[in-house]
Amino acid sequence: MKKLLTVSLLGLAVAAASSAHARDYDNVRIGVDVPYEPMEYRTAEGELTGFDIDLGNALCERIGVTCEWVEQEWDGIIPGLMSRNYDAIMSSMTINDERRQQVLFSDPYITMPSAWFAPSSLDISEANEETLAGKTIGVQRGTLQDNYVTDNFSSVADISRYSTADDMVLDMEAQRLDIVFLDFPIGQSTLLDSEEAEYVVVGERISEPKEYFGEGFGIAFRQRDEALAEQFNEALAELQEDGTYDEIYARYFGEE
Amino acid sequence: MLDLQGYGPRLIEGAGVTVQLAVLSLILAIILGLLTASAKMSRNWLLRRTATVYTTVIRGVPDLVLMMLLFFGGQIGVNAISDLLYYNYEIDIYINFNAFTAGVITIGFIFGAYMGETFRGAFMAVDNGQIEAGKAYGMSNALVFRRIRFPQMMRHALPGLSNNWMVLLKTTALVSVIGLTDMVRVAAEASRATHEPFVFLIPVAVAYLLIASVSEWIFARLQKRYDIGFGGQ
Amino acid sequence: MLDISAWFNDLLADNLIFTPTTLGYYWEGLVTTTQLVFLSLVAGLILAVPLAIMRSSKHKWISLPVYLYTYVFRGTPLLIQLYIIYYGVVFIDGIQETFLWPVLKEAFYPALIAFTLNTAAYTTEIFRGAIKATSKGEIEAARAYGMSQNLMMRRIILPSAFRRALPAYGNEVIFMLHASAIASVVTLMDLTGAARFVYARFYAPFDAFLFVAAIYLCLTFAILYFFRFLEKKLLAHLRPQNS
Repeated sequence: MKKLLTVSLLGLAVAAASSAHARDYDNVRIGVDVPYEPMEYRTAEGELTGFDIDLGNALCERIGVTCEWVEQEWDGIIPGLMSRNYDAIMSSMTINDERRQQVLFSDPYITMPSAWFAPSSLDISEANEETLAGKTIGVQRGTLQDNYVTDNFSSVADISRYSTADDMVLDMEAQRLDIVFLDFPIGQSTLLDSEEAEYVVVGERISEPKEYFGEGFGIAFRQRDEALAEQFNEALAELQEDGTYDEIYARYFGEE
Repeated sequence: MLDLQGYGPRLIEGAGVTVQLAVLSLILAIILGLLTASAKMSRNWLLRRTATVYTTVIRGVPDLVLMMLLFFGGQIGVNAISDLLYYNYEIDIYINFNAFTAGVITIGFIFGAYMGETFRGAFMAVDNGQIEAGKAYGMSNALVFRRIRFPQMMRHALPGLSNNWMVLLKTTALVSVIGLTDMVRVAAEASRATHEPFVFLIPVAVAYLLIASVSEWIFARLQKRYDIGFGGQ
Repeated sequence: MLDISAWFNDLLADNLIFTPTTLGYYWEGLVTTTQLVFLSLVAGLILAVPLAIMRSSKHKWISLPVYLYTYVFRGTPLLIQLYIIYYGVVFIDGIQETFLWPVLKEAFYPALIAFTLNTAAYTTEIFRGAIKATSKGEIEAARAYGMSQNLMMRRIILPSAFRRALPAYGNEVIFMLHASAIASVVTLMDLTGAARFVYARFYAPFDAFLFVAAIYLCLTFAILYFFRFLEKKLLAHLRPQNS
C-alpha cells in the first residue's frame, strides 16, 4: 500500500517538475478554512469575505502583490502549506510552539481569547470539572480549544469534535450540545447575536495558559520564506499606523 | 426555480464537480483494472502476487480511510520530495496536490481493484477456441486482442462494469468530507447556513438518482451493441 | 512471570503518538464501530425479510412501494441519507419536547437509523433475488404436498433462499463495515473518528490512518472467514461429494 502510494507520488512529482517555476511572489496564494464567521466566510452568492480576507487583501495591496485565496479544510491546512498548495495561511491561526516547529509566523495581527458559550438555560456561572461533569462539549477538531478541552475535561465530560464551526453551532441550536468552547468573536457573532435562542458567555474569556492559547493569530509561512514574512510584517505595521487596520477591525467587531 | 435561496448556481457547479470526478476516476479505474487483470493472468509470479495484494488490501479498507490517508499523507509525501529537490538542487517546484487530485487517485485506485476482478472474469469467459482460430488466421497478438479478446470480453464485463460505476458514483460523495466542493458539500454547507436541510439535500439525492438512471440507459445501449450476434440474452 | 503492562509501557515509551491515551481512543472507536455495524445489520436483517417477501409479491400495490424504497436508498449515497436524518430530525417541529429526543440527540441513533435503512434496502434486494431463484421443482413439490402459501414460504422458500443469499450477504456485511467510516462526519468517535483525532492532534497522517486501515483489514478478514465457515456448514449439500 505504502509502496504503491510512494510510486504514484513519485509519478506526480515527475509530472509536476516540468511545470517548475521560480518563486518571486508577484502572486501570493493564501490558504484559508471557510467558514469561520466573522473571520472568513462566504455570502450566499459565494463571495469570500471576513476580517482575515479584508486584512489579507489590504496587506497584499500594500506590498504590491496580488492575493489569491485557496480554500482548505482545517485538518490539512499546515500540510497544504508545506506542499505548496498555497504560500501562506491566514485563517485565524493561533501562534504556538507546536506549530512554530513547522511553520514561520508573522507578528500577531490580532489577539483573540477563547470562551465558553452555552444556552442561558444551562445556568452555570463558571466552567470547571464540577459544572461540566456529564455535559456534552463541542469543539472544532484539531484546534487549540480541542487540545485544551481534551486534556482538561475528557475524563468528566463527552467531547464532540466538528470539522467546521458551522456544524457545531447547528448542533448547539438543535440542543445536541450543552456547551461549546470557541474563539470569543466567533461565538459572539454566531451565538450571542443569534435569534434562534438565548446564549450566554460562561465565566471569563480565557487566554491562559500560553502553552494552549498562544500569543494571538499570525500568518503562517514556510520556514524558508523569511523575506516574504518580513514584507508582511512591515506592511502590517504600516496599516496599523495609518488607521486602515482600525477601519477593517471596526467593520467586523465594531468600535471598542 | 433553480435559485434555491441563492445556492442554485453553486449546487450546479458542485454537480459538475461530481460528474467530472466520477468520470475521471472511472477512466483511471478501467486502466488500472485492465492492468490488474493482465497481471493476475500473467505467468510472472511477482506480478500475480502484487496484483493480489493490491486487490485484497484495497477491498479490505474503507474508501474514506484510504482517501484521508492519500489526501493528508500525500501532501506530506509530496512535501518531502519537493523539499529534497529544493535543499539539494535549489529546484523549487510547485505540486498541486489538491482534494480533486486526491479524490480521483483514491477512487480510481479503489475501483481499479474491483474492475480488475470484473475484467479477469470476463477475459476468462472468452472462448479459447476463438483466440486459437484468430491465431490460425495469422493474426498478431495485438490484432487478436483488438478484434477478438477485447470486444468479446466487453460483452461479459459490461454488467460488472455498470455495477461498479453505480457504486463509484455514490462513493464520490465522500470527497466532500476531505474538502472538495462537490454537490454534497455545497448542500451540506447551505443546510447549515439556512437551517433548511431538506431544501438542499433532497434535490442532491434526486440528482444522484438522475445520473444513475441516465447511465443505466447508456449501459443498456452498450450492452445491446456488444451483444450483437448473440441474440441478446 | 512476564509483566505484560510493563512490557507494553516499554514498547510505548519512546512513541509520542501511540500513547496509552490515543490507543484508548482507538479502542473506544473499535467498540463504537462494532456496535454501530452489528446493531444496524441485525435491525436491517429483521426489516429485510418481510420487505423481500412483499417485494416478491405478485400484487403491484404491495411490491411497488418496497421497490421505490430500495431504489432510493440504493441509488443515493449513504452520506446524504445520514445528513438528511441527522440534520433533518432536528427540524421536526417540537421534537425536542418529545420522549424521542434524548435518543435522537445522541449522534449514535441517527447514524444507526440511517445505516439500518440503508442496509435493509440492499438486503431486501439480495433476498428477493434469492427468493426468485427458488427452483420450480421445490415449489411444485410443496404444492403437491398440499402446503399453504404461508407454510411453503416458511418451510421451503425462505430456508433455501437464505442459504443462496449467504455469499452476497457476506459482501453486504463487509460493505456496511466500510460504509460505517462516515459516522465520524456526525461527530461519532468510531475507528475513523479516532484516526482523524490522532491525525489532527499530531499531524501524523501515516501513523494515524495506516494503523486504522490495518484494524479495518483485520475486521474484514474476520468477517470473510466467518462467512466462509458458514457457507461450508450451510451449503454443504451443494458441494460435490467426492470423498
